[in-house]
Amino acid sequence: MASYSTNEFKGGLKVMLDGDPCSIVENEFVKPGKGQAFNRVKLRNLKTGRVWERTFRSGESLESADVMDRDMEYLYNDGEFYHFMEPETFEQHQASVDAVGDAAKWLKEQDVCTVTLYNGSPLAVTPPNHVILEITDTDPGLRGDTAQGGTKPATLSTGAVVKVPLFLEIGETVKVDTRTGEYLGRAKED
Amino acid sequence: MTSTTTPWQPSASLKALRERAALLAQIRRFFADRRVLEVEVPVLSRRATSDPHIDSITALCTGEPAYLATSPEFGLKRLLAAGFGDCYSLGKAFREGEAGGRHNPEFTMLEWYRVGWDDRQLMTEVGELLGQVLNTDRIQSLSYRELFQRHLQLDPHSASDEELRDCVAREVELSFVPTGRDECLDLLMSHRLEPAMGEGITLVYDFPASQAALARVTEDDTGTLVARRFEAYVGGLELANGYWELTDAEEQLRRFEADHRYRAMQKLHVYPFEERLVAALEAGMPDCAGVALGVDRLLMLAGGYQRIEEVIAFPIERA
Repeated sequence: MASYSTNEFKGGLKVMLDGDPCSIVENEFVKPGKGQAFNRVKLRNLKTGRVWERTFRSGESLESADVMDRDMEYLYNDGEFYHFMEPETFEQHQASVDAVGDAAKWLKEQDVCTVTLYNGSPLAVTPPNHVILEITDTDPGLRGDTAQGGTKPATLSTGAVVKVPLFLEIGETVKVDTRTGEYLGRAKED
Repeated sequence: MTSTTTPWQPSASLKALRERAALLAQIRRFFADRRVLEVEVPVLSRRATSDPHIDSITALCTGEPAYLATSPEFGLKRLLAAGFGDCYSLGKAFREGEAGGRHNPEFTMLEWYRVGWDDRQLMTEVGELLGQVLNTDRIQSLSYRELFQRHLQLDPHSASDEELRDCVAREVELSFVPTGRDECLDLLMSHRLEPAMGEGITLVYDFPASQAALARVTEDDTGTLVARRFEAYVGGLELANGYWELTDAEEQLRRFEADHRYRAMQKLHVYPFEERLVAALEAGMPDCAGVALGVDRLLMLAGGYQRIEEVIAFPIERA
């Protein structure tokens, strides 16, 4: 397996640290004029999402992590696993509840997600930045109040709850930003 | 193809380069007013530093290895031994492998020497130059011991090896186990003390004797052997490193040889050391103090720049 020296560390590089795959966030070279050189490195643990700070001696190296991001279509959930398919090869992967994590509440069948593979199996799932989902539950709309601000919670078909304007009703479809959970607008059917 | 894909532009703004030109002029005026002579010494030399933590860049000259100077120190000291008096060099220095937000392998260094002065007197002059350039009178000076005691409640000279290692383990997340006292001290300095120094100019003096490099070692008022070396920091950024200079030829030779042994043991490249410096010291170098200052970093501080490439027209990635 390839390894990388501290001077090759740069943002996005995938390496192994303490047995977990990590992505390098930041690498700062530290050297007192008359002392030894170190590298202060920030890494994101790809399993837990937590950011670690770690200092290395300059010239130390880490093994590369067999991690890659793939665009895949979400197929279905069988109650235990979430199933994804690579659009070109039709190869299917099953992701555990842990790997899917918070992304679960945005997953709509046939949407294309980014699946991070570690040693060939799904480690994490990132939903599309924008999804279009149907409102399955919300309080009745207030007539005559369409121009006013004000929001109410609405449950979407995937289970996510977002704040929407008061005039929206069950059965309408909305566009949501999955990074912030914010309502972006009513989706136009086309 | 090349015209659209090759980044040819400078990384520094015209404003930053104007500030650089003004700073160089200001430095030259500062020394002209004080009758310190500007001199040029070789950037390309057959000899190199023996410093255990500094690597030289090797070039070829008439087919034989020659080294880009990591500082103008040896040349300036030979001029001092020749009796030329107070002098300074303002030019380029080179260090292999040093690149990052605060480092470029090629950088601008100001180094000057004062005959008959000790480290304390030179510290005052460094404070004056920095105060003038940065337009501040916020200067604190404290010993290396005081700095450690203030922020870590630890005496860096008398703490046991175990106490030092425990302190590092508490304060810094490491991927390795530190081996020596100096490594522990360097880690604490760069990770905890530099960030704690705050705004303004901080001058730190009386370093551990093990970090003497080319400074004299004397007893401080507690009877501890200390290196008569100082460092200047501004806002936690290391700017300058000065010495009450070693003038003893035999001791100089011993330190070169010790450095060589250390480098060989660490499987680092062992460069030919400058026997002309030893010869100059044998002939007699006057008592003096000297200091080297990173001009690019001073420029960063004066102009409020975060990264060194903002003050260098063409840093190594573009050079």
